Amino acid sequence: MSEGEILRGRVWRFGDHVDTDVIIPVRYCNMFRKEELGPHAMAGADPEFASRIAPGDLIVAGTNFGCGSSRETAPVALLGAGVGAVVAASFGRIFFRNAVNVGLPIFESPEASAACQAGDRLVVDAARGVIRNETRGLSFPFAPYSAQVAEIIAAGGLVPYVRRRLGLPAEE
Amino acid sequence: MGMTLAEKILARAAGRSAVCAGELVTCTVDKIMATDITAPLTIEVFRRMGATRVADPEACILINDHFVPAKDIRSADFARAMREFAKEQGIRRYFEVGRSGICHVLVPEKGLVSPGELFVGADSHTCTAGALGAFATGVGSTDLAAAWALKELWFRVPPTLRVELRGSFGPHVTSKDAVLRLIGELGVEGARYQAIEFHGEALVTMPMHARLTLCNMAVEAGAKAGMIPCDDITAAYVTAHGGSVDRAVTPDADASYTAVLAIDVSALEPQVAEPFMPSNIRPVGDFRGLRVDQVFIGSCTNGYLEDLRAAAAILRGRKVADGVRLIVTPATQSIYLEAVREGIVADLVEAGAAVTTPTCGACLGGHMGVLGKDEVALATTNRNFRGRMGDLSARVYLANPAVAAATAVTGTITHPEELP
Ligand code: SF4
Repeated sequence: MSEGEILRGRVWRFGDHVDTDVIIPVRYCNMFRKEELGPHAMAGADPEFASRIAPGDLIVAGTNFGCGSSRETAPVALLGAGVGAVVAASFGRIFFRNAVNVGLPIFESPEASAACQAGDRLVVDAARGVIRNETRGLSFPFAPYSAQVAEIIAAGGLVPYVRRRLGLPAEE
Repeated sequence: MGMTLAEKILARAAGRSAVCAGELVTCTVDKIMATDITAPLTIEVFRRMGATRVADPEACILINDHFVPAKDIRSADFARAMREFAKEQGIRRYFEVGRSGICHVLVPEKGLVSPGELFVGADSHTCTAGALGAFATGVGSTDLAAAWALKELWFRVPPTLRVELRGSFGPHVTSKDAVLRLIGELGVEGARYQAIEFHGEALVTMPMHARLTLCNMAVEAGAKAGMIPCDDITAAYVTAHGGSVDRAVTPDADASYTAVLAIDVSALEPQVAEPFMPSNIRPVGDFRGLRVDQVFIGSCTNGYLEDLRAAAAILRGRKVADGVRLIVTPATQSIYLEAVREGIVADLVEAGAAVTTPTCGACLGGHMGVLGKDEVALATTNRNFRGRMGDLSARVYLANPAVAAATAVTGTITHPEELP
């Protein structure tokens, strides 16, 4: 994700404490590429999820999204399925780091989470720090990232950040 | 102002005299662990970073534990990727099937992490090693690859929750019950982003395996780390296992905590967590008569020799109930060997248990004990999320090893003291 990007899509609604076993059950964790994992995203809640969503659709969830294991395959599977972003009331700590590191846009907003229903049309304007629910005509601000996280996002994730530190050019 | 244990360790690792909660710091990491399930992705990310050599092969630990012995062809390829990487990078601390064990149990046993160290692992239960007085936390593969490449990572210094464990444990009550109770009180995100620091006189009666069990489940309350300051018990254990106490630090008396929570373990009964969250706890008596299809004793939470001893003490001279499967997985090769020598394995097998080689196996629904449709299991593991041990409709109850053994005997969830 680059910083100024505006994300748009339909809402797929999930509850509190969606754990990594729901996002990507362990039987798929003998793979790690997003193309392989994508079809199984959210299989623990809805095995049809990946085939039903349109690219760019957003997940809106309650508190503690991505709690549980450290598997980075969770945000990677969501990217592979074409999920544009996840908006949640809060995130599991390791999931938060992993999402930032692999470039899955995530936004913390308890207010937006409470007000969005399945099927709503959502616009996330990361630069302005605003989530707009077009279906309901509501807007919600979200807290900006911390400086360190913003720096990694600005670099395009942890991979380009480390390449820069190693004095290497950007990836092809 | 004084510093907590987490602050002291992160300050040292950041090359600073002091840090405080909330600050972002870049730290040198002392030890970096990956397993067969996380290493392959980490290796791929490492290559994409353009890195060719790990910054410090002596800091790297690679452990075969999750899908081993290889459960299928893909898993065999995963293990091979890690094996070849270890060779290519000259990583000596690579643990092969037959000389390995579940990473969080193997790390303290082999003296790989010492008090005061900063330890990251690509596994959420890396917090287990906090019982050694280290700052140990789980990260994802990309973070781990960065640690391999640079030997450093960014951290937000966590605020610390202080937990006082008072009293002493009654019969059949263990640190597993204490930590289940804590998670029940905090909820699964009650300690999110925080470190938990354990204190109190109950720690004095807790040998290292019990302390490791306690810190193992800190992450189940959302915590970044679960830590016990280094004391005589830690020092004796660490020195006996080849580690060093040179870097040991303790929290300052005037350190500041987000809250102080006290749990009196004397008043505690064995706890059971019902599906689908480890925080859904009630005393074992509330589940009396609940039928199970499988009992699993093992995992990085309760696969220690003492856990197997507790189970064998109950199963000796008794039989696993008809219609119930008991699966027992010693956590490491040395635990397995000692269990053989002590006759524990014979007792368990005679009772009708399937004793497996050390592996994560059943704990994560990988292999050797996967649950089918609508099956019910009681397990000594740390997670009972939907689908965790197999089919989405399967239900997992968490408990301590004595409750597990008693349940295997009756076929229904049972308090060990109620056995005839
Ligand atoms: S035993 Fe279970 S919880 Fe522990 S590391 Fe293995 S899979 Fe994870």
